[in-house]
Amino acid sequence: MPFFGFKGGIHPDYNKSLTSGKATETLPVKAGDKFYLPLSQHIGAPAKPVVAKNQQVKTGELVAEAGGFISAAIHSPVNGKIVSISHVIHPMAGRMEGIVIEADETNDDYEPVSDEGSFQQIIQRAGITGMGGATFPTHVKLSPPKEVDTLLINGAECEPYLTCDHRIMLEEPLKVIKGAVLIKEKLNIKKLIIGIEKNKPDAIQLFRRYEREYGFELVPLYVKYPQGGEKQLIKACVNRVVPEGKLPVEVGVIVHNVGTCAAVYEAFYDRKPLFERTVTVTGAVVTPKNLRVRVGTPILSLIDACGGFLGVPKKIIMGGPMMGMAVTSVETPVMKGTSGILVYREEDMPDLTKYPCIRCGRCVDACPMLLVPSIMDRFVKKEMYEELEQHHVLNCIECGCCSYVCPSRRTLVGGFKTSKRHIMQMIKERGAKNA
Amino acid sequence: MPDRKFLVTFSPHDRHPDTTNKVMMAVIIAMLPIIANSIWYYGYYAVKGYLLTALFCVGFEYLFDKISGRPIAIKDNSALLTGLLLAMNMPAAAPWWTMLVGSFVAIIVSKQVYGGLGQNPFNPALVARVFLLIAWPVEMTAWVKPSPIIHGFLFDTVSSATPLGLLKSDLIAHGHVVTANLATYTDQLIGNVSGCMGGDGAIFVLIGGLFMMNRKVISWHIPVSFLGTLFVFTGIIWLINPQRTIDPFLHIISGGAMLAAFFMATDYVTSPVIKRAQIVFGIGCGLIAGIIRVYGSYPEGTGFAVLIMNAFVPLLDKYLRPLSFGEVKK
Repeated sequence: MPFFGFKGGIHPDYNKSLTSGKATETLPVKAGDKFYLPLSQHIGAPAKPVVAKNQQVKTGELVAEAGGFISAAIHSPVNGKIVSISHVIHPMAGRMEGIVIEADETNDDYEPVSDEGSFQQIIQRAGITGMGGATFPTHVKLSPPKEVDTLLINGAECEPYLTCDHRIMLEEPLKVIKGAVLIKEKLNIKKLIIGIEKNKPDAIQLFRRYEREYGFELVPLYVKYPQGGEKQLIKACVNRVVPEGKLPVEVGVIVHNVGTCAAVYEAFYDRKPLFERTVTVTGAVVTPKNLRVRVGTPILSLIDACGGFLGVPKKIIMGGPMMGMAVTSVETPVMKGTSGILVYREEDMPDLTKYPCIRCGRCVDACPMLLVPSIMDRFVKKEMYEELEQHHVLNCIECGCCSYVCPSRRTLVGGFKTSKRHIMQMIKERGAKNA
Repeated sequence: MPDRKFLVTFSPHDRHPDTTNKVMMAVIIAMLPIIANSIWYYGYYAVKGYLLTALFCVGFEYLFDKISGRPIAIKDNSALLTGLLLAMNMPAAAPWWTMLVGSFVAIIVSKQVYGGLGQNPFNPALVARVFLLIAWPVEMTAWVKPSPIIHGFLFDTVSSATPLGLLKSDLIAHGHVVTANLATYTDQLIGNVSGCMGGDGAIFVLIGGLFMMNRKVISWHIPVSFLGTLFVFTGIIWLINPQRTIDPFLHIISGGAMLAAFFMATDYVTSPVIKRAQIVFGIGCGLIAGIIRVYGSYPEGTGFAVLIMNAFVPLLDKYLRPLSFGEVKK
């Protein structure tokens, strides 16, 4: 299998050795623990609560149903009582509607989801979303509107620090592989490719052993961020370019994260809804760990399970250092897409002294989408959204390479993120006017 | 536990260790071999020149920031860099007041009035050089014969024409190149010829340029396309009629070609950000420099060439923008 690669990208410090060798530990549930479930843990419409205050729920019981096709159901992570249906902390939205459940007993059993209906319906019922961070509802991806000839499984884990996918591949390789094969067979896809970055040689070696038996192709990926970006991965592995504004289906590919494959396996064979996941807790904590935690656990519990903060925490990031969100509070709950908790102390922070843009062009060379961030940044400052649109800012995947390499520490990707929202609004209004 | 205040910023949360002041410092480090070489040949005059321009440029930067009420930006090292580059573009024995005026033109007129670092369309050191050359042509062409430091730190200056100047006057006087008056390759490479403080000594400029490439401060695109074009253009003229000009190798190692290709044209602010635009930019520089050298009345044209191409940078960046990933051409 040739490896095609992609243009641009960066080589940050990966710092994965803090946790890559550590087996996943399960964070136990204690009676009295509170679990916070925001209704929007995925891309798409928020889920709708189907429980009432003070109602008793069991682990795995549906507490909020999908709010549409592009939406995902939410299940109770514990046996317990609904304490309130009000506002909970959300890392992106600040606060949003959510369900709070207090655990009353510890229990490892769960209510299985029913196996009626099609494969896609079972996955939908189990509330599976992409586990890599973008949290797109999985059943939507499993209902391609076009013919798909390649299923690409993403084991790149190109975000620095994170090792949860790495651990899943090492500890539950067959769940990942069988989940992938299941998707391949159910969707009648011809080819299955599993891509793993070369900085995980143990995982590559392990998957090599199953390659022939399960009929997939293992592609060791060159180590470069964002190798795990959907469009970059497709370009690198099968040399196809997803057109701007289109989904991978357009070129006959669907991409799933290794964690998602394991979740699909559990949903189909074990009837297990998605209420727990693996999270890498790393950075300035006493003992960095990979933890198996219930969705809704406040991140403080995870940090405590790692022996607490090391020194004085300055910044807490949900996800990895490149695309993760800085959170305001340790009460923020783990969600379906939370792959890591990363703590920075003052002394771990990079030098963020801002300078004017000197047009060094590093951002242009680093952009994996071949955009020109330094020129676009001038438009951001002047709020020239039409020009930004003409420079294809909507094609930006928000990987953060431009900001990472910027010696003047310009807020490049941050500006593009907010501009994209403005432009989407503009396009909507334009459409309304024309209609 | 009481909720602490945590810092919230946009991602990414990690950054590459290079910062603007460090990048500028890397360029200054790359210039050290050139500075050392000019001190070797011009002793006291070189030390005086570098110190004065550095002092004046940083001073003007400080004063402007102070008076206009902006944060003092001298720590970004860009004014220091401009000062040193300006000195390299001046004759060793230029009077102190030309350095003062040149620094004023570089920092205030060609940088700060446009909005400071990153906003100027033209290379500040070159604007200052060209201004001085037009305003005080006598002082700016008072070339001094180099005298290695072992013959004395402070020496009596002997005026001497530059090799390119001699070439031009020979062409005008005799209508052809006078071979006996040409500088040897060795003298050109090590800088044992009269000229601007930093321009000659091609080897030392090359060492600095390679250092910058190695540290990924600059890429090959501008220097290679610049020198390559100058080489090919003058080479064609020379092949057709060797009496018309010097050989192309001598062209790229003489005058300010090397310095311009590695240090002036690659100035981030005034060169394109897009790689293929950089190649076109470099070709333009090489071509204009060659045309001025062969057909112009000035013996040297690299400074003008870079300034002219500076003006095209926004256009080059606009029309040579690559299609973004998956973009469909309309």
